[in-house]
Amino acid sequence: MKIYGIAILSLCYLAGQVIGDLLGLGLAFKGNIGGVAFGMLFLIVFADHFKNKGFFDQESESGILFWSSMYIPVVVAMSSIQNVKVAIGSGFIAVVVGVLSTLFCFMLIPLISKFSKQEEHGN
Amino acid sequence: METILEGLINNNLIVAFLTVGVVLFLSYWLSKTFTKGKIPGAAIAISAGLIIAYFGGDKGISNIPLFSGMAILGGNMLRDFSIVSTAMGASISQIKKAGWIGFFSLLIGIAAAFFSGALLAYAMGYHDIKSVVTIGAGACTFIVGPVTGNAIGAESDIVAISIAIGVIKSVLVTLLTPAIAKKIGLTNPKTAMIYGGVIGTTSGVAAGLAATDPKLVPYGALTATFYTGLACLLCPSVLYYIMDLMI
Repeated sequence: MKIYGIAILSLCYLAGQVIGDLLGLGLAFKGNIGGVAFGMLFLIVFADHFKNKGFFDQESESGILFWSSMYIPVVVAMSSIQNVKVAIGSGFIAVVVGVLSTLFCFMLIPLISKFSKQEEHGN
Repeated sequence: METILEGLINNNLIVAFLTVGVVLFLSYWLSKTFTKGKIPGAAIAISAGLIIAYFGGDKGISNIPLFSGMAILGGNMLRDFSIVSTAMGASISQIKKAGWIGFFSLLIGIAAAFFSGALLAYAMGYHDIKSVVTIGAGACTFIVGPVTGNAIGAESDIVAISIAIGVIKSVLVTLLTPAIAKKIGLTNPKTAMIYGGVIGTTSGVAAGLAATDPKLVPYGALTATFYTGLACLLCPSVLYYIMDLMI
């Protein structure tokens, strides 16, 4: 049943949130630090484990895939609830940071590629 | 009329489903009709979300009672829940396939985006640590910015800027990748994995590679899948502290 998949996803999510909250507390933030990352990690490990044991059928998986297909719609809703009226005056900085930072990242690709080739030859 | 409106407000989450569905439909239609799919429908939809927010107040469109359900659908809980669910596409055998070079690319890519974004923000007059870190996180992807901003308690207008930065990155990656693929050696699976790890913005990486060479898409997507999770962990913690020491 689809709800089995959603339940497993919920378990991984909640476990991640608890760790994220504790980490936030440890780092003296009020917020949740890395809860998403730990949740993802749990889901990868769980899904792998249960799939290998044969507990995890396609129907359960489709419950999780439903939520992953809701990712962009949720992000659209999230964008629509921000304080854009105040942010609009800073539109220029968004363009500058978006463009320059992306170009900088592009320039790094040939460098890492070269480094990984040298590594191979070294071995 | 008032009764109908009240009824709709009582069903605010369902109104939000309908609204987002219409926005996505129109965005994908615009993408297909006017850009031949070159600008991804998802990027148009997120931009549309930001434009819609302009017509509301400090909590965007959700200040209008009819659209209050957007705050549930787009709130932290469902956002984080759907991010975690995207890990379903990954598996341990895939992580091994990406190997050290994949991990190395991810670290370099996240640090490069974060610091270039944060330092530019600092240079342009943002001197409080919360804003600088949130903008740096936005330079990673349009999801890392808001997740980081919420974790460290940044203002909503800064979060909006970080989303806009991430969307600009996603569109730019989609448009630039086919044009400069040869120049940066993006012709083989290994470079595609490095590219996915360094650039990270999944929708941009997948669309950009699809326009370059569809065979490379799975390799880029493989490393890009891990980018958001890792960046959501590093930005509000390690990178925050390094930035705090720098400014």
